[in-house]
Amino acid sequence: MKNGFKDKLSERVFLALALSSISAIALITVFIVIQGAPIIGKVGLRDFIFGMTWAPSQGKFGIFPMIIGSLSVTLGAVVLGVPVGICGAVFLAEFAPAAVRNLFRPAIQLLAGIPSVVYGFWGLIFIVPFIRDNLGGPGLSILAGSIVLAIMILPTIITISEVQILALPRQYKEGALALGMTHWQAIYSVQLPAAKSGIVAAVVLGIGRAMGETMAVIMVLGNAPGIPTSILDPVRTLTTNIGIEMGYAAGDHRQALFATGIVLFVIIMILNITAQFITRKK
Amino acid sequence: MKISARTSEKIAKTLIWTAAVFVLAVLMFIILYILVKGLPVINWGFLTQVPRSMGREGGVSSTIVGTLMVTSVAVLIAAPFGIGTAFYLAEYTKGGFITRVIRFSAESLAGIPSIVYGLFGFIFFVIYLDLGWSVLSGGLTLAFMILPTIIRTSEEAIRSVPKIYREVSFSLSATKTQTIFKVVLPSALRGIANGIILSIGRCIAETAAVMLTAGSALRMSRSLFDPTRTMAVHFYILAVEGISMENAYGTAALLIIIIFLINVVANTLVNRFVR
Amino acid sequence: MPDKFKIEKLSFYFKDKRVINSLDLSIRANEILSVLGPANSGITTLLRTLNRLCDTDHDVRIEGDILMDGKSIFAPDISVTELRRKVGMVFEVPTPLPLSIFDNIAYGLRVGGRIGKKEAAERVEYALRTAALWDEVKDRQHIPAMSLSGGQQQRMCIARVIAMDPQVILIDRSCSGLDPISTAKIEESLSQLKERFTIILAPHNVQQAIRVSDRVAFMLMGSLVEEGTGEKVFGDPDDRRTSDYITGRFG
Repeated sequence: MKNGFKDKLSERVFLALALSSISAIALITVFIVIQGAPIIGKVGLRDFIFGMTWAPSQGKFGIFPMIIGSLSVTLGAVVLGVPVGICGAVFLAEFAPAAVRNLFRPAIQLLAGIPSVVYGFWGLIFIVPFIRDNLGGPGLSILAGSIVLAIMILPTIITISEVQILALPRQYKEGALALGMTHWQAIYSVQLPAAKSGIVAAVVLGIGRAMGETMAVIMVLGNAPGIPTSILDPVRTLTTNIGIEMGYAAGDHRQALFATGIVLFVIIMILNITAQFITRKK
Repeated sequence: MKISARTSEKIAKTLIWTAAVFVLAVLMFIILYILVKGLPVINWGFLTQVPRSMGREGGVSSTIVGTLMVTSVAVLIAAPFGIGTAFYLAEYTKGGFITRVIRFSAESLAGIPSIVYGLFGFIFFVIYLDLGWSVLSGGLTLAFMILPTIIRTSEEAIRSVPKIYREVSFSLSATKTQTIFKVVLPSALRGIANGIILSIGRCIAETAAVMLTAGSALRMSRSLFDPTRTMAVHFYILAVEGISMENAYGTAALLIIIIFLINVVANTLVNRFVR
Repeated sequence: MPDKFKIEKLSFYFKDKRVINSLDLSIRANEILSVLGPANSGITTLLRTLNRLCDTDHDVRIEGDILMDGKSIFAPDISVTELRRKVGMVFEVPTPLPLSIFDNIAYGLRVGGRIGKKEAAERVEYALRTAALWDEVKDRQHIPAMSLSGGQQQRMCIARVIAMDPQVILIDRSCSGLDPISTAKIEESLSQLKERFTIILAPHNVQQAIRVSDRVAFMLMGSLVEEGTGEKVFGDPDDRRTSDYITGRFG
C-alpha cells in the first residue's frame, strides 16, 4: 500500500526533525559541561562557588561575588518591575479603553524587540549619571542595573499576566460584581488570586530573563568583581563575567568562564522547570 | 482607619493608570531619544559606505550586510527544523512520553540566556567544528537560539487550523501527508510566517551570542566563512568604547526602525490570520 | 437488490462510553436510507464509522463488523483512502476548505492521483450540475469557496463528493442550518443522485425523512429501535418509543 508507506515516511521525517531539534539542548549541555567541568574539579566545587576572589591571572577562580551580583540585580529588577508589570497587565485586561489598548499592546511588543544593548546604552546615558549626581557613588551600580532590567522584563510580565487574566472564565468577574463588589474588589479578591499561578509563572520567566541578560547590564553595572555593600556599589554578574572576559580568555581562565556558564545554566534551568511546573499544575 | 470601597477603587484605578502611563512614557522616551539623536545621522552615505577608522567615520553598510547574512543563515537552518518539530507535536503525538520530552526541551531551550548560546556556539562551531569566527558560526548559533520561538509559534498556528478541515480532507480520501501539505500547512502559513518574522527580529537584536561566534570584523564579508560584525554588535562597540557617539546613535536608530517595521509586518500578518 | 452495507452487531465505544449498541442494519444499493433519532443517538458516529473517519479520533473501540459488498471494511488489506473515495461524506455544517470553488471540488480527484486539466474541468462541471449549483457559479469557479452563501456552500460540498464518483454518499443533517429554498434544491438533487449512488442520510426532521427516503431507521441512545418504510415507521410504529419521538415527547 503506497499511501500507507508515504504516511509512515512523512511521520518519520517529522519525528526526525523533532528529535534533532531537541538534541540541541543535549548538545549545548554536553559541550558547556565538557569545557567547564575540569576547572571546577581542579578548584573544587565549593571553592569555585563560594570563593571570594576572582583573579584569573593568579589562578584564583571564585565566583561568589558574581552570584551575589546576579541575585542582587535580579532582586532589584523584580522589586521594581513586577508591581509595575502586574499593574500594566491589569490595566490592559480590565481598564484600558480599546483605543489605548491598541496603542499599548504594539508598544509593549516593540519594547520586547528592541536590542538589549540599546537599553544598556540608555541606562548609561541617563540612569548612571542621574544616580551619580543625586544619590552618590560611581553611578555604575546595582541600582542602575536593576532599573534597566526592570524595564526589560516588563514586556514578559505584562504580556503573560494579561493573557492569564483574560483567560479566566467570565463568571469569575461577573459573579463577583453580582455579589456587589466594586470592579477593583473583583480584580483584587477574585481575578488576581484566580490567575495567580499564571502570574507567578510570568514573574519566574521574567526573573530568568533578568538573570540571563548580559549586554544591557555590562554597560551600567561597573563590573567590579567584589561583594557589594550597598545598592550604589558597582557589581559583576555571572553573565557579565562571561561577556567581558570571553574575548581574551584562554586555558584555565576560559574554562572558568564556561564553568560560570554552567552555574548560570543550572540556575536558569531550575527557574524554567519551576515555571513549567507552575503552569502545568493548573 | 478603614477605607471605603469607593475610595480604594479610586486609589487603585489611579495607581494602575499611573503605572500604565509611566510604562508608556518610559518606552516613548527611550525610543524618541534615540531617534531624535540618531535619525539626522542616517542618510544615503551612512547606509551605503563601509565603516572607516573603526567606525568613527563612514557608514555601516558592512554591518547591514553582516546582519543580513547571519540572520539568513539562522532562519534558513532553524525554520525547517522548527516547523517540522511543530508539525510533529501538533499532528502526530498523542501526549505520550516523547511529546513531553520534546515540549520540555523546547521550553527549556527558550529560557537559556543568549550568552550561554554564545558560549556553546563558540566552543562548538568556532573551535570544535573549526568554522572560526564566521557568518556561519554566528548564524548557526542564532539558529539554535530562535528554534524554540519558531517551534512555539508554528505549533500554535497549526493547532489553530480548524479540526474540520482535516476531517474534510480525510473524508475526500486524502492521506495524512496530503492533508498536512494541501490543507493544514497553507492554512497555518500566516501564523508560521509571523513566528519567523519575530525570530528575524530576535536575530537582528542579538548581541552577546553573535559577538562570541561571528566576531567583530568590520570588513565587508564575502562568504559564509568570513568573520563579520552585525549592527547590534557594531552599536555596542561604538558606544562602549566611545568611538563615535554620533554613529552609535545612527546605528541604534536604524535598529529601532527595523525592529519597528518587523513588528508592523508581523501584526499585519496576525490580524489577517485571525480574520 | 443486493446489500451495499451489512452492519453486524456493531458496538462503538468512546473511552468507556458506549455510543452505538450492538447495531444490526442492512443498507441496499441505490436506496436512500434515512437514519434519525434525537441528539446523541449515535447517528453521526455511525456515519463516521461507515467511512472510517472515526479512525482519526482517539480512545475509540469498535466491536462487531461492517461489510461493504460482502467484505469487512476493517479488514487489514482494506485501503482506508480507497474506502473513503467510495464512501463520500457531507458534513452537518457547510465545510468549504480554504480554497477556490474549483479546487474544493477537484480536491478529491487530485489527491487520488494525477489528473489532467481537461478531465478535472469536465468532472467539476458534471458535479456542479448534478448538485444544482452550476448555473450559479459557472463564471466564478475560481473565487474562494468561503464567499458562497451557506446553502451554496452545502451544495458545493455535495458536488465535491459527487466529483469523486463514489458508490455511497453519507449526508449528516446537512440541511439543519439552511433556508427552505436551499433545502428544496438539495432534496431535489437527492432524488436524482439515487439512480447512481446509495445514500445514507441523517435528515433534519421527520418530514424530510418521509419526503426523500425509501426507507427509514429510527435510533435511540445508540440502539436501533425500528426500520421500514417512512409510512410504516412514522404512520404506524411498532415501538412505543418511536411514537413518543414523532409526537414530540423527546428529541
